[in-house]
Amino acid sequence: MEIPYAVKPRPDTGLYNAKVGIWLFLASEVMLFGALFSSYILLRVGAPAGTWPHHWLNVILGMINTIVLIASSVTVVLSWASLKMGQFGRYRVFQAITLLCALTFMLIKSFEYRDKFNHYEFQLKDGSVVDGHVDWEKTTAKVPKWIPFKLSGEGKIVVEHANVISKYPTTAENHAQLMEGPAPLSKEAKEAEERPEKEIEVSQVKAFSNYGPWHNTYTAIYFTLTGLHALHVVGGAIVIFMIWGPLAGVYRKDPVRYTNRVEVSGLFWHLVDLVWIFLFPVLYLL
Amino acid sequence: MSNSMQHAEHSVAHDDHDHSAEEVRKHVNRYLLIGLALMIGTGLTVWAAFIDFGKFLPGGESVNWNVIVALIIACAKGFLVVGFFMHLISEKKMIYSVLAFTVFFFAALMYLTIWSMEHSNIVHLQQ
Repeated sequence: MEIPYAVKPRPDTGLYNAKVGIWLFLASEVMLFGALFSSYILLRVGAPAGTWPHHWLNVILGMINTIVLIASSVTVVLSWASLKMGQFGRYRVFQAITLLCALTFMLIKSFEYRDKFNHYEFQLKDGSVVDGHVDWEKTTAKVPKWIPFKLSGEGKIVVEHANVISKYPTTAENHAQLMEGPAPLSKEAKEAEERPEKEIEVSQVKAFSNYGPWHNTYTAIYFTLTGLHALHVVGGAIVIFMIWGPLAGVYRKDPVRYTNRVEVSGLFWHLVDLVWIFLFPVLYLL
Repeated sequence: MSNSMQHAEHSVAHDDHDHSAEEVRKHVNRYLLIGLALMIGTGLTVWAAFIDFGKFLPGGESVNWNVIVALIIACAKGFLVVGFFMHLISEKKMIYSVLAFTVFFFAALMYLTIWSMEHSNIVHLQQ
């Protein structure tokens, strides 16, 4: 059975069905991300004064990723335009650039994630806090990177450029000091370099965790929002790749249908770009 | 052929004309310019984040102007993406009808979020 209006527009809507379908899906996506943005607002406003982190993320990397996604949106729309003009070769070049942009975005994102997973906060039994990146080569203790955060046995932990706070933050002022963090990727990199490394014995540690989603409400919403967005980047890139490579033969048999597929996948890709346009200032700058 | 079918076929023909090879060719430069505008907008967002607008805009510290400025720039960039890359400025009525619901419910969600913030009974402990 042939699916109707896969190519020709349906008389009452004036659109081929896939286009109505993708817009309905995009509408649901807007509500999905809207709910998460709403959560972000409530978490941020609900945080006690002075405790919401600022500049924990590298603005330069975030800006590069924004430009990479914008560039990919341009190549997606140009690839569709090329097909409309009957230039299949150009379409393939533009979509290859799109796929490279998607790969670049994910590489930068994974670099940022890895940095957060190597960043730890150790609360010691004497009440002080040591915050910084673990030097895995010098560390002899078995330090987990994932929950549950428990230490066993003996050994030492070496923290690079340690931010040491003598008292666990119970006041907003102390908290602000901890919120600075060493974060060598951030603009405080130079300051962080001046901080000495710190050695901790396993027996000194009372509690600890890395800066994964479990660390605090900021990292929770940061990983949720950017993780869901990254899944969309991967999903969109897979669809674009499938149309670009394995399913390219459809163009010879039915060029209009093929062009429609490129348009629909492109609409999804633009939404991914749109979400990032809001995520970047919200998470990296404000 | 009924009147509605005649009307529909006319609009399909119109759509074909809009996205004809010749029309698309004219739009290529526009897409490049919008891409450039989006990149400039990104630079502007970063620049604006490091300026304390509260110092010289009305309301001072009581209004978080930096959040407002960042959201205005993001909305402008979003309009360029949705309007031109996704062709929403020249889309069919059907799509507008679908999106009208989205706009309504999204606005309601944000309104409820802001409303709940203002009516929150949470008192933070002054430590």
